[in-house]
Amino acid sequence: MRKVTIIVMAAVIVLFLASWILKAGAFQGEHDHYIIRGFLVTFAAFLTLAVMSFLYQDNPYYKFAEHLFVGVSAAFWMCMGFWTTIVQNLVPRLSTSLADFFEVPQRAEGLNFFFYTPVILGILLLLRLSRKIGWISRWPLAFIVGTTAGLNFIRYLRSDFIKQISSTFVPLLGRDWEGIGAFFSNLDLSATGQLVMMVSNWVIFLGVFCGLIYFYFSREHKGVFGAGSRVGIWILMITFGASFGYTVMGRISLLVGRITFLFRDWLELI
Amino acid sequence: MDIFEKLMRLDRRWVFLFLIVVCVLTYAFDFEIPVLVEPEVEAIFDFVDTLPAGSVVMIPIDYDPGSLAELHPMTYAIVEQCWRKEIKLIFSALSQNSPGMADQAIRDISDSLKVEKEYNGVVYPPREIVNGVDYCFLGYKPYPAIIILSMGQNFRLPFPLDYYGTPLDSLPMMRNIQNYDDVACVIDISGTNSTDYWISYGQGRYGFPLAIGVTGVSTAQYYPFYGSGQIFGIMGGMLGAAQYEQLADNPGLAKDGMRVQWSAHMVIILFIILGNVGYFVSRYRARREERR
Repeated sequence: MRKVTIIVMAAVIVLFLASWILKAGAFQGEHDHYIIRGFLVTFAAFLTLAVMSFLYQDNPYYKFAEHLFVGVSAAFWMCMGFWTTIVQNLVPRLSTSLADFFEVPQRAEGLNFFFYTPVILGILLLLRLSRKIGWISRWPLAFIVGTTAGLNFIRYLRSDFIKQISSTFVPLLGRDWEGIGAFFSNLDLSATGQLVMMVSNWVIFLGVFCGLIYFYFSREHKGVFGAGSRVGIWILMITFGASFGYTVMGRISLLVGRITFLFRDWLELI
Repeated sequence: MDIFEKLMRLDRRWVFLFLIVVCVLTYAFDFEIPVLVEPEVEAIFDFVDTLPAGSVVMIPIDYDPGSLAELHPMTYAIVEQCWRKEIKLIFSALSQNSPGMADQAIRDISDSLKVEKEYNGVVYPPREIVNGVDYCFLGYKPYPAIIILSMGQNFRLPFPLDYYGTPLDSLPMMRNIQNYDDVACVIDISGTNSTDYWISYGQGRYGFPLAIGVTGVSTAQYYPFYGSGQIFGIMGGMLGAAQYEQLADNPGLAKDGMRVQWSAHMVIILFIILGNVGYFVSRYRARREERR
């Protein structure tokens, strides 16, 4: 191990211990378990800084934080799945003695042997671990894929397809059109006014129409068709730009969250 | 090498460092950034604000600590508004790490309700929030689509017990509540794709009023659903949370974070301009050299 690495590691350990002692002292009197709380806040700050250190370059502290996160998440998800689904929902439907063992209340409707089906499918799924009979795991997998495809087909058809298409059938003159005279005499420039609604509806109509033209590849994009296609790509670019803008805002929000934690909860400077 | 070439070859780590320094410095100074409220956020606030006391609102908390900075302020603002107005809440968690988020929010907001506060000119007396009377926390179950569909039949199907292990029938507020027909609306606060499931399997199948609070990254993709009326309101990222805090007259972490957002965005815009100036000047000089 290089000398610099050892010095940095020693400095990190010393700073960690100093922070732990100071935080535990700060929590004394406020919390019963002030030593543990001091350790948790210090450890959270260490992990935050370890992850942020990746911005400089990859390093062992980042790797440690990353691996710890993956390991803890996997264990946490497994425990949550076992206690919230298998114990709470499955066990009381299969066996009264098992329900008593896990101290979960019996179901009012009693035992239901139909629920042995997911148990069997679940066990078959685990056979994937065996080289010889691993092929059996394809049956429950086929069941999962088929069910998911069926459910998603209905889902996309209704909410992402039919509903979205119907919402683009908008009145191009705005609602309650009473003629040009009435339109100009009652001209309203507010966000809910007829002029803004009309412009908005035209943007939706042209945006959808030109976007579809851009994705129509059976004809060469030339002339009027090409102009529509170019408008279509502009619409797409504006959409991606809006999405990217929100992404930047989201990432900065996360930075704000971490800065708040480091400077308020850990260092107590803000 | 002149300044424009240096700009083009600037190590990105200097950009990160500059951005972090600016954000920290901005946090140290206390000034307020005006927040303009958008109609899609106002729609959620107005809906909740006009509900009578005793109504039931469902708030699925589907985010993990990674989205805490953006979505926790939304939860805090909405839940406090509901409880101050004596609206009962059903919480659920369809993301593995979200029960901890929900539990923390419930405990913190319950504590803050023990103090008298004034919001929008109305003084609210202190209240004791009681589990099973003012709220029911259903907890976590995997596979959001299946859970959302089965809750439409009866909340007891996927959640026979609440998060704390109490049978739902034992909770006073749940005795007359069977499914979505008994809730005024669902406000999904999500950092995962569970929002898709709430829109298609929840609102699409059962037709209840649905509003969403989502991370900044995914906000743009949900606007078409707002346009089509499938959701009646949308809060996007920390900005959406700040707008809700402003409407609720309950400034919190989101409104406080807006000045850092502002300065960070200014730094990013500055670097985009400098980068483009460097690029175009370098290109102009290269072409001029070619002509010679």
